Amino acid sequence: MSDSHSPEAKAYWKENIRLVLSLLSVWFIVSFGMAILFVDALDNIRFFGFKLGFWMAQQGSIFSFVILIFIYVYKMNKLDHKYGVDEDQDHFAPDDSYYHDQESEK
Amino acid sequence: MDVQTLTFIFVGTTFALYIGIAIWARAGTTDDFYVAGGGVPPLANGMATAADWMSAASFISMAGIISFIGRDGAVYLMGWTGGYVLLALLLAPYLRKFGKYTVPDFVGDRYYSDIARGVAVVCVLFVSFTYVAGQMRGVGIVFSRFLEVEITTGVLIGMAIVFFYAVLGGMKGITYTQVAQYCVLIFAFLVPAIFISVMMTGNPVPQLGFGSTLVDGSNTYLLDRLDQLSEELGFAAYTAGNKSTIDVFFITAALMVGTAGLPHVIVRFFTVPRVRDARISAGYALMFIAILYTTAPALASFARVNLINTVNNAEYQATPAWFKNWENTNLIAWVDKNQDGKIQYSSGKAFSGKPQFLEVRGPEGERKISNSPTDNGNELYIDRDIMVLANPEIANLPNWVIALVAAGGLAAALSTAAGLLLVISTSISHDLLKKMFLKNITDKQELLFARMSAALAITIAGYFGIHPPGFVAQVVAFAFGLAASSFFPAILMGIFSKRMNREGAIAGMVTGLAFTAGYISYFKFINPSANSAENWWFGISPEGIGTLGMVFNFVIAILVSRVTAPPPDEIRDIVDDIRIPKGAGASYHHLES
Repeated sequence: MSDSHSPEAKAYWKENIRLVLSLLSVWFIVSFGMAILFVDALDNIRFFGFKLGFWMAQQGSIFSFVILIFIYVYKMNKLDHKYGVDEDQDHFAPDDSYYHDQESEK
Repeated sequence: MDVQTLTFIFVGTTFALYIGIAIWARAGTTDDFYVAGGGVPPLANGMATAADWMSAASFISMAGIISFIGRDGAVYLMGWTGGYVLLALLLAPYLRKFGKYTVPDFVGDRYYSDIARGVAVVCVLFVSFTYVAGQMRGVGIVFSRFLEVEITTGVLIGMAIVFFYAVLGGMKGITYTQVAQYCVLIFAFLVPAIFISVMMTGNPVPQLGFGSTLVDGSNTYLLDRLDQLSEELGFAAYTAGNKSTIDVFFITAALMVGTAGLPHVIVRFFTVPRVRDARISAGYALMFIAILYTTAPALASFARVNLINTVNNAEYQATPAWFKNWENTNLIAWVDKNQDGKIQYSSGKAFSGKPQFLEVRGPEGERKISNSPTDNGNELYIDRDIMVLANPEIANLPNWVIALVAAGGLAAALSTAAGLLLVISTSISHDLLKKMFLKNITDKQELLFARMSAALAITIAGYFGIHPPGFVAQVVAFAFGLAASSFFPAILMGIFSKRMNREGAIAGMVTGLAFTAGYISYFKFINPSANSAENWWFGISPEGIGTLGMVFNFVIAILVSRVTAPPPDEIRDIVDDIRIPKGAGASYHHLES
């Protein structure tokens, strides 16, 4: 358990929070921003056969959500690797005393 | 071949497939039964999650609702997809690292309290039963319309199938059946959409056809034509919103946060081997969901244009067969107010309430109803639920497409019902019995209890399917509102705040629940006549109030936790531990053994 209290663990968590907050701001802007709060303003802009606000509300926001998750996955895997906390080093071996104890209680 | 024979063949083949998979994926241990042994590959988990998530409501009702309410339908489109971003970024990886079976497990362990666990169990049971009742009704509708059997028989067949693979296979059986069900339902949803998109716009991709010009030679965009048709008939323009911005905002938020807090969705992320698999499978799940969710609004607009063109000013006697079929299923009704034998369709209700059919026919051969007509010009009642099911017929598609849609609707309803029933049985056998009342039972006994409670849950769900309580539609708001105002804040703070303690979490959950349940009950059950915008708090409808309940939950939890003792050190260690992926393999041991 020692490594989860270390300065590296703190730095890892900080970077994680920063990444999550920046992705969630985009999430908020594409849905609540462009498709709800400013939808009528965006409707004045033509986007192919759509009004832009309408398209964001019924199509664009959903595409954005999918892309956001895949960006998160890519960035987090890189972050895990950078701090050496990824599971590739686990080899699925129970190396964690807390879980080991918990599991063996069952 | 006629539609009915084809439907029997399609539905029979898919059911045989589900049973075959269930036999192949039997569960041997509680681990298999609750979380499929934790060994589901992420892509399969994504598909299973998508099938689990997309219910009869998504498949049968959603496009129909959008078709009738236009842009405001976005609350469902965004609300039921945006929550996956919250799940993937804020909950799934950490809950996977935590490595237990259920949401009450996390709440009970993280807040070192059986009271917290108990509150969570009650919420899980309530939310899941609410949801499952609607699925069984969906099964009933499809059976009665396409196979022309009694709704009761239809529900019983559905129950028998779910019973077979849920009780036998547990999460393992359900997961692999859901993979098959996803393929069936998405194929069934896309085929008619592609057909209709080509017919109307010449573009085979519905998402693009949605924004293309019509092929009728007018060179107008589909949506412009739809706006124009709607306005001619006295409806609001299709691409304009009718709900207030604040209400749209709160409903969307409640549905998103509720999605992220729904136990049958969360539990899917316990079934993958590693933390990184939990992240990516949330991405796959949303991708698979988005295929249907971006097609649905396109289909809704096609269906709307088709419907208006087919029925408005058409002579009743000349209407196509589908019109009379659905009339015979009580989902369409027509009153010839001006006695010209033609159907006039415009805004407003043709009569008050649901149609009460009489046993006699009118002069044109239409079914007479006992409702007193309103004084507006509209003569037509159409149940929104028929739009997806009737769409292939309205567009004159081949019989096999119609049969395929029936099989798809059943796949959507059964997959969601199975996922919910599993959560219910896990809550009873694991959270209530093993963790609270019968702590000494063996794994074998627990598995037996799990199977017994699954059987019991199916029986209760089937009862609701045959005798649908009138409040099913109303209680869906409840399910999301309660999930948003109870679980989501408790789990989120459990991961992101080390200071959050037992007292804060319980106070927050109880406040959020009591407020949300109180508000919804008041407007839906106690005083339904007051359910209008001028009486709502800040103009927020009962559907959106879960968002405010969630805010109250956060505020109360933080305030209470600051004036009570911090959580013990070992709890802080748990929080430290779930924040890093490394070591998740420890709870993976059962695959190696």
